[in-house]
Amino acid sequence: MQKNENSRHEPLFHIAKRSSVSMKKAIAVRAIAIVAALLVAGVFIFAITKRNPIEIYKQMFLGVFGSAHRITKALKSLAILLCISLAVTPAFKMKFWNCGAEGQALIGGLACAACMFYIGGSVPKWLLVIIMTVTSILAGAIWAVIPALFKAKWNTNETLFTLMMNYVATSLVAFFIKCWAKDGSGILRPMTEYGLPQLANTDYLLAVIVVTLLTVATYIYMKYSKHGYEITVVGESENTARYIGINVKKVIIRTMLLSGAICGLCGLLLVGGIDKTISTETIGGQGFTAIMVSWLGKFNPIFMILTSFLIVFLQVGTKQVSTSFRIDTSLADITTAIILFFIIGCEFFINYKIMFRKKEKEVK
Amino acid sequence: MLTFLTQAVRIGMTLLFGSTGETISEKSGHLNLGVPGVMCIGAAFGCVSETIYISKVGSLTDGRSFFVYLFAVLIPILTAIIGGALAGLLYSVLTVSLRSNQNVTGLVLTTFGVGLSKLMITSVQKKIISASVTGVNISFTQASKYFTASLPFANKLGVVGKLLFSYGIMIYLAIAVALIAAYVLSKTRLGLHLRAVGENPATADAAGINVSAYRYGATCVGCAVSALGGLTFIMDNLNGNWEYIIDAMGWLSVALVIFTVWKPNIAIPGSIIFGGLYIAASYINGISLATKEIFKILPYFVTVVVLIITSIRNKRENQPPAGLGMNYFREER
Repeated sequence: MQKNENSRHEPLFHIAKRSSVSMKKAIAVRAIAIVAALLVAGVFIFAITKRNPIEIYKQMFLGVFGSAHRITKALKSLAILLCISLAVTPAFKMKFWNCGAEGQALIGGLACAACMFYIGGSVPKWLLVIIMTVTSILAGAIWAVIPALFKAKWNTNETLFTLMMNYVATSLVAFFIKCWAKDGSGILRPMTEYGLPQLANTDYLLAVIVVTLLTVATYIYMKYSKHGYEITVVGESENTARYIGINVKKVIIRTMLLSGAICGLCGLLLVGGIDKTISTETIGGQGFTAIMVSWLGKFNPIFMILTSFLIVFLQVGTKQVSTSFRIDTSLADITTAIILFFIIGCEFFINYKIMFRKKEKEVK
Repeated sequence: MLTFLTQAVRIGMTLLFGSTGETISEKSGHLNLGVPGVMCIGAAFGCVSETIYISKVGSLTDGRSFFVYLFAVLIPILTAIIGGALAGLLYSVLTVSLRSNQNVTGLVLTTFGVGLSKLMITSVQKKIISASVTGVNISFTQASKYFTASLPFANKLGVVGKLLFSYGIMIYLAIAVALIAAYVLSKTRLGLHLRAVGENPATADAAGINVSAYRYGATCVGCAVSALGGLTFIMDNLNGNWEYIIDAMGWLSVALVIFTVWKPNIAIPGSIIFGGLYIAASYINGISLATKEIFKILPYFVTVVVLIITSIRNKRENQPPAGLGMNYFREER
C-alpha cells in the first residue's frame, strides 16, 4: 500500500525524545499533573456528592491525619504497600514484569498461617517465629522462581505466567481456609496467641521498622552492589549483558528469588504481625498497586516512599470521603485511577518534547 | 450432563467475548491488562442504560409492542459497546500517543473500571428503589428474559435442539464475532496489516502502514467486544442478577487468549472447555467445599501448561505477537 507522497506536507508537529531533562522541570511537570488530577478528582466527587469541594479535600485530609488512630492505620497500609513495591522493583528494573506479587505475598502469608495453625503451641514461641519467618520467605521465593526458571530456560512470557500464578495462590488460600475453619463459616479466627512479637504493644511498629530497613537495604543493593549493576544491565539490554559476560539466566533467577522472598516477608508481616489470620482478600489488590508505585517511583526506593504515600493518602482519604458522604467505597479506586492516569500521561512530557511546525504557532 | 454442557457454553461465551477482544488488541501489540475493567464497564454501562430505558418506557410486562422488547436488548448492547470503546480510547491515548507503559496503564484501567462499575451500580440501585416506590417495576430479571429468549423450536428438537439452539442472542453473537475476527485476522489485508503492526511495528511503518491508527483501532474495537462479555455475564449467565463483581471473568479471558494461542476460531471450543472447567466443581457430587476451591485452579493451571508448552515447542505460528507489550516510537529504531 503506497500512499501518495506528493501530497505530503510537513506535519503539524513532531515528537522528539529529550536527551535529558532538568530535575526542576521534571518535578514541575509532575506537580502540575498531580494538581490537575486532584482538581479533576475533586470535580468528579463534586459531581456525585454535590458538596463543597473544599469540604471534600478537608475530609480527605482528616481521613489520613485526623486522629492518632487514623495516622497509625495509614502508616500500616503505607508500610505494606511499600514492602510489596520494594519486592517488585528489582524484577522491574530487569524488565521482568512480575505481575505476581499478589500471589507471592499471599503464598508467604499462607505459609505463615500454616505454621501458626499446625505447630503453634507445640514449640516454644521464639522457635515458632523463626520457623514462620523462614517458611514464609521460602514460600514466596519458590512461588516467584517458578516463572523465572521457565523465563530463563525457554523465554516463557513472564507477565502472563506470574498473572496466572496469582489465581492459583488465591484458590489455594481459599482451600486451606475451608479446611481450617471448622465452623464452616469460611472465616479463619485470628490466632492472636501466636504470631510475631509486638513492639510497644502495637502491631504495626514492627512492620514499619522492617520496611524502613528494607527500603534502605534495597536502595543500597540496587545502587551500589554488583548484583544491582547486573540487574540494570540486563534490563537495559540483554545482548550487552551477555557480551560483557553476565550470566543472564542466573541474574533472572536470582533476582526473582529475591523479589519473591521480599513478597513472602510481606505476607509474614501481614498475616503473622498485623492480621493474625488470612483470607483471600488479605493482600487486597496491593500486589497490583505496587506495580504502579514502583513504576511511578522510577524504580528508586527513596522516590517510592513518596509515591506509595501518595497512593495510600488517596485511598485512605477517599474512603473517608465516601463514608462521611455515604457513597460507595469504590470511589477510592476511581480517584486513585484518575490520578494515576494523569501521572502516567505526564511522563510523556518529561521524556519527549513536541516541536511544532515553524510557521504557525498553536497551543499544544 | 445436558445442563452442565449448556451452562459451560453460556459461561464460555462470556469468556469468548473477552478473549476475542483481547486477541484483537494483542495482535496489534497491545497487552491490554485492562480487560477486566473494560468488562466491568461494559456490564455497568449496559445495566445503567437498561435502567434508564425501563424507567422511561415502564415495566417490561408481557403483551407490549415487540419493539419495546427489541430495544430493551439493543440499547444495553449498544451502550456496552460505546462504554468499551471509550475505555479503549482512553487506554490507547495513553499508550499510543503518550507512549506510557502498557502494563501499568492496563492495571490502572482495571482499577478504574472495577471502581466505576461498582459506583454506577450502587447509585443505580438507589434509583431502582426510589422508582419502585413510584410504581415502576425495574427488574433486570425481566429484561434478561429477552436476552436469554431462545428460538421457539429449540425445545422440540430434543437433545440436539437443547445443545445447539437453546441459548439467548448474546451466545450466538459471541460465536459470530469470534468467527468474523478469525476471518479478518487471517484472511484479509486489514488483518495482515494488523498482524504486521503487532509483530514488527518498525517494518510495518516502513511499508507505509499507519501504526498508530491500527493500534488505536484494534484496541477500541477489542475493548468494545470485551465489554459485551461483561454484559453477557450479567444478563445471560446470571439472569440479570448484577451484584457480582466480574473482574475474575476478565482475568480468565486473558488466560483464554493464551490457551487458544491467539486464534479466535480456536477460542470457540477453547472457551467452552474453560466454561466447563469453571463450573465443573458445582456439577460433581460428593466433594467437599474445600475441594471445590482446588477445582477453581484448573483453568489457570491449564493456561500455564499451555503457555509453557508453546514456549518450549517454539513453533512460529503459536507464539505471542513479537511486538507484544512494546510501544512503538518511530525515532527509536
